[in-house]
Amino acid sequence: MPWRLLRFALSKKHPEPRMFAQPDKLKTSYDAVIIGGGGHGLAAAYYLARDHGMTNIAVLEKGYIGGGNTGRNTTIIRSNYLTPEGVKFYDASLDLWKDLSQDFDLNLFYSTRGHYTLAHTDAAMRTMRWRAEVNKHYGIDSEVVGPEEIRRASPQIDLSCGGHSPILGALYHAPGAVARHDAVAWGYGRGASMRGVEIHQQTQVMGIDVQGGKVCGVHTDKGYISTPKVLCAVAGSTPRITDMVGLRTPIYIHPLQAMVSEPMKPWLDPILVSGSLHIYVSQSARGELVMGASLDPYELHSTRSTLDFVEGLSAHMLDMFPFLSHVKVVRQWAGMADMTPDFAPIMGKTPVEGFYLDAGWGTWGFKATPISGKTMAYTLANDRNHELIEGFSLSRFARYALTGEKGAASVGH
Amino acid sequence: MRLKAIPGEWIDRSSEVEFSFEGHAYRGYRGDVISSALWAADVRLLGRSFKYHRPRGILSLANHDINALMQAGQRLNVRADVEPLAAGQQWRAVNTFGNLQRDSGRWLNHLAKFLPVGFYYKAFHTKALFPLWERLFRRLTGLGKLDFDTPHLRTPKDYDFCDVLVIGAGPSGLSAALAAADAGAEVVIVDENARAGGSAAYQRGGKAERYQRVNELLNSVVRHPRIRLLTSTTAAGYYADHWVPLVDEQKMTKMRAKSVVAATGAFEQPAVFHNNDLPGVMLASAAQRLIYRYAVQPMQNAVVLAANADGYRAALDLAVNGIKVAALVDLRGKQAPSRLADAVQACGINIFHAHCVLEAEASADGNGVAAAIIAPFDAEGNADAASTLRIPCDGIVMSVGWAPTANLLYQAGTQMQFSDAVQQFIPAQLPDGVFACGRVNGIYDITQKYSDGERAGRDAAAYVGYESATTLPQIAAETESPSHAWPVVAHPKGKNFVDFDEDLQLKDFENAVQEGFDNIELLKRYTTVGMGPSQGKHSNMNALRILARLTHKSPGQVGTTTARPFFHPVPLSHLAGRGFSPERLTPLHHRHQQLGAVFMPAGIWQRPEYYAQPGQSRTDCIRGEVAAVRHQIGIIDVGTLGKIEIYGPDAAEFLERVYISRYANLKIGMTRYAVMCDESGVIIDDGVVGRLGEQHFYFTTTTSGAAPIYRELTRLNTLWQLDCGLVNLTGAMAAVNLAGPKAAEVLAPLTELNLALTEFPYMAIRETEVAGIPARLMRVGFVGELGYEIHVPATYADALWQALWQSGQAHGIRAFGVEAQRLLRLEKGHIIIGQDTDGLTTPLQAGLNWALKMDKPFFIGQRSLQIVAQQPLQQKLTGFVLAAGYSGTVPQECHLIIEQGDIAGRITSIAWSPSLQRHIGLAFVRPDLAVENGAIAIRLSDGSMVNARIQPTPFYDPKHSRQHYPAQEVAA
Repeated sequence: MPWRLLRFALSKKHPEPRMFAQPDKLKTSYDAVIIGGGGHGLAAAYYLARDHGMTNIAVLEKGYIGGGNTGRNTTIIRSNYLTPEGVKFYDASLDLWKDLSQDFDLNLFYSTRGHYTLAHTDAAMRTMRWRAEVNKHYGIDSEVVGPEEIRRASPQIDLSCGGHSPILGALYHAPGAVARHDAVAWGYGRGASMRGVEIHQQTQVMGIDVQGGKVCGVHTDKGYISTPKVLCAVAGSTPRITDMVGLRTPIYIHPLQAMVSEPMKPWLDPILVSGSLHIYVSQSARGELVMGASLDPYELHSTRSTLDFVEGLSAHMLDMFPFLSHVKVVRQWAGMADMTPDFAPIMGKTPVEGFYLDAGWGTWGFKATPISGKTMAYTLANDRNHELIEGFSLSRFARYALTGEKGAASVGH
Repeated sequence: MRLKAIPGEWIDRSSEVEFSFEGHAYRGYRGDVISSALWAADVRLLGRSFKYHRPRGILSLANHDINALMQAGQRLNVRADVEPLAAGQQWRAVNTFGNLQRDSGRWLNHLAKFLPVGFYYKAFHTKALFPLWERLFRRLTGLGKLDFDTPHLRTPKDYDFCDVLVIGAGPSGLSAALAAADAGAEVVIVDENARAGGSAAYQRGGKAERYQRVNELLNSVVRHPRIRLLTSTTAAGYYADHWVPLVDEQKMTKMRAKSVVAATGAFEQPAVFHNNDLPGVMLASAAQRLIYRYAVQPMQNAVVLAANADGYRAALDLAVNGIKVAALVDLRGKQAPSRLADAVQACGINIFHAHCVLEAEASADGNGVAAAIIAPFDAEGNADAASTLRIPCDGIVMSVGWAPTANLLYQAGTQMQFSDAVQQFIPAQLPDGVFACGRVNGIYDITQKYSDGERAGRDAAAYVGYESATTLPQIAAETESPSHAWPVVAHPKGKNFVDFDEDLQLKDFENAVQEGFDNIELLKRYTTVGMGPSQGKHSNMNALRILARLTHKSPGQVGTTTARPFFHPVPLSHLAGRGFSPERLTPLHHRHQQLGAVFMPAGIWQRPEYYAQPGQSRTDCIRGEVAAVRHQIGIIDVGTLGKIEIYGPDAAEFLERVYISRYANLKIGMTRYAVMCDESGVIIDDGVVGRLGEQHFYFTTTTSGAAPIYRELTRLNTLWQLDCGLVNLTGAMAAVNLAGPKAAEVLAPLTELNLALTEFPYMAIRETEVAGIPARLMRVGFVGELGYEIHVPATYADALWQALWQSGQAHGIRAFGVEAQRLLRLEKGHIIIGQDTDGLTTPLQAGLNWALKMDKPFFIGQRSLQIVAQQPLQQKLTGFVLAAGYSGTVPQECHLIIEQGDIAGRITSIAWSPSLQRHIGLAFVRPDLAVENGAIAIRLSDGSMVNARIQPTPFYDPKHSRQHYPAQEVAA
């Protein structure tokens, strides 16, 4: 039992202060406004305050902090991407993740479990090898392993998958991890709030004031704020914000669904992903199986759930783990994924001066939370794109300099 | 203890059932659930809580008793409060260490004050130690245990349809079903309980009338020709357009209703006081279920905690069934005189108004109740702990209020609003075709419930077109609130539980709010209230009240969290159904089997990878197949290719738009290679387009592209409104490729078509007969030999194969598989989409400039390719060879090409070429490296390097002489 838990028993009053100050009302002006109180927005606020001394900042959140995709994803963290840009960026994120609990003095349950991307076809094996080779080139712990190694990590798996899509091998990424997603938002929120950043929940942005190609203010349902800098970090709502400044992006919104089982005694140590069966699964600290699949195949700005999603995912789960027949699904939910044509994010400066974009996070945003916060904070403070995000600029689409992560980002998240 | 026989009881006393629990043998009756049989046998300790391992018994007996989860063999997390008793089952409580009685996890209860809300966020995160702590947590966590020998259960799925689906067969639901059916609608009514009747069957108030009336109504429903009643069936969720999964023991039925009536009732809610979780403290409705369903005595000596008329009825139900009621403690102040109160007093029951139960005193063994400590309770909800009264009892019955079973209504998109009059959320705006009645609609009075059901039933029938003329009944307002606004009692020792799944106490909520988690969604996530298996059915309402009070808001302002499917958890086997994994076989599959084919998946198709020969290795077999094609004759089944026909005046225009080459000028009777790009100019498919007439083309797609490309083309045709039509012939047509120097000799005896070069040149297409079968023939060259791709209706495929096989015998015909074809095409430098291209490959990078007609007015991807063409090429697909005689480890596809420490490309295809007697391959390389004879270095997985040399393709027959001319003409 850690000594620090003693104080809970010894203290008459609960010895914990508020995690986030509750500002009364908006000020009339801020040095920067961050739209979106999810992990990314709060992380940017945190690093702006901590590393760049910018504290006169408002984070505006339509709902509650961490309530969007931060709280809806399946919390997988990895860096085994396919492009040099992606690999370097996500690896820098992983470095930050590892120390985040200490930095925050908040246990994020950052749990390194190992990540297996299973291959059921020759074509998938080729892609795994490609990723492994690129990863190794950049010093990422990543290798192609055979069925026996998969069985060692997950002895119960049916490697034949019901006989119709046998597992030939996998891309194994030892640093693959999961973390408690809500706590990440709270940790960044608390850190930002402690340093003077104001977090305004239930505050909706109604418009952005742009004059002469420059941002000058933000209209909210709680009043007008003047500011020279606006960061948009709103995931599935990105088109609604970019419309306000007349910016076109190639982002399209697809629902992404997930589901969770009743708790059971832990048996699944690693994180398993199968592109062919459209599954990713890990077992949480509560003993629940957290399961997801690929994007819904249509564009939709909605977080409604569908029955065919749970039916399909359940069938594939039983192909891989037939012994789960009696396990029950408790809950399903959906998020809105802001997809880009090359499955890489859109980050940095935009043609509108003072308007910065942190978007296009599709299905892969959670793992990037620390590094996106850090690089966007740098970009905002210096009005210069951080070197790690140069491959992710909006202008790449006009130049056709795409950062092709389709092979590494789809399903795998 | 069992009571004497009760009218309407569910048990069959003539049928005893033996079972065991925690190793001890018990007997119950058919019709019992596990909990009722154990309770009848005076077993009070049914399970332990998730976090503190506290003893728990019956709480709801309504499918929410998460602390009485049990396991028997492969079935885990079984809810004992609803699981029908079956003979011979051996049950154990889940999540105990050792056994239930002596669970060594009990020590956690004594650590409770060290483990306040969110404690795990505050400690254990020292980097080096966290993995150790995590290992401990993972030992403690989880409920039931998996048995890895559990078989893959394949359950059927059913589809069903109805006009009106009524969910809940209590008084209002039955009434709604009857009204809708009388109006003419086809009705299905479902109830999760084993028998219909709802609360009217067990909330009797000591009298028989309520039960009799609902029973009469039930009889009318059962007899009605337009009503189907499904019991033991849960409506597990609501999805768009009245799509409702109905889950029973055997299967899931997907019901598409035209309208839905939610008569789902309400969950009785616990009061919050010290030790309110002890076995023996239960909801009044649980006690009433025990009595009237299972004839089990809930306790011998009860204290009833009430805040509504239901509590008084419960006291009467206990009293008339021989249970001593020591006191009725009413949270409310003095009430207006009522017949119910008079009846309670007439039974000699003492009523304490404006009092609460401050705590339940535990029995000596800690697993039961010894007394209720009651205290005055003022109108502001404060207990006067200084003037308590101890009332000995062995059970406390709680009836302080209800929460609507609105889960499905929320999922349907209903706007709910908080009603102060009934202290619950009721529907304010229902979606089209969704109706609500009874308790979920805020109607509690028994007479009013029938009327409200009738109204909803008629509304639902009218919605689907069955109007009824009679006037609708008026629904009177409730005369009292069925729910108390603050059934919560603070206690210095805590252990006053709000969430029984998660062991959350009142102070956990106070602390969470103090830490800033002061809106309902954040509170839920920080405390985990409502996140357990019962999904907050007993905790969300009290949590909301506590939050409202702490933040000085009304419950309406606080609002609820989002209700998501499922209503009750659904087994993966039910959701998965039979686990349909579609697999396609070509009409020649049996031929391949006869020839010893080893199959490989190609999308959902099964294709021969190669044909095994006795005593030969895989490699030898493949090389043998290659040799047959190069030197004699081979045949491959290519029926998996997508095959599409297009007709109409705009057919040529359509193809001009979707492919990068030109087709308007394609001569009738000729074919052309066809590459398709997406809007960003990336290659997504290829095939061959053949022109059969001015307005008539036949074309192929890749195997994996067959379905998606056809779908996309159909979409484009709809979008563009061109005058042409597409027909997907992928399944209707079979196809083989007859290839090799002897191809003409094999084919000639079977067809009247003149195969001479002048008559049927390379790239031509002809319609003719082969072996009397109508066929389309294309002169193709994918494998680099004289070749005929022969397409015939699928039903004739076998006859065609047999004819070709017989004709080929004299020439040594051999079937070849996908592996041989891959090698043959690689020798020709032909690319495979998806292997030699990736998600960013343009025709420019793939060396397909010759096919790219940028001067066309439009094709998909053209605008992007114009921009891309302005920029320097990033990479180029090029051929390479390893040194002749190379004997080291052979590089594999996707190994990287390294130039001065940087990635400069990757291999996309590599194989040993029998024709060239060396390893050949294709690779993407930086354009500056793609010079003939240039050296490149390939890095293997182990980091060692292999040298290779750039060599332009084709590697084999660079002048294409073999595929252009029939063999005899070459020889000539």
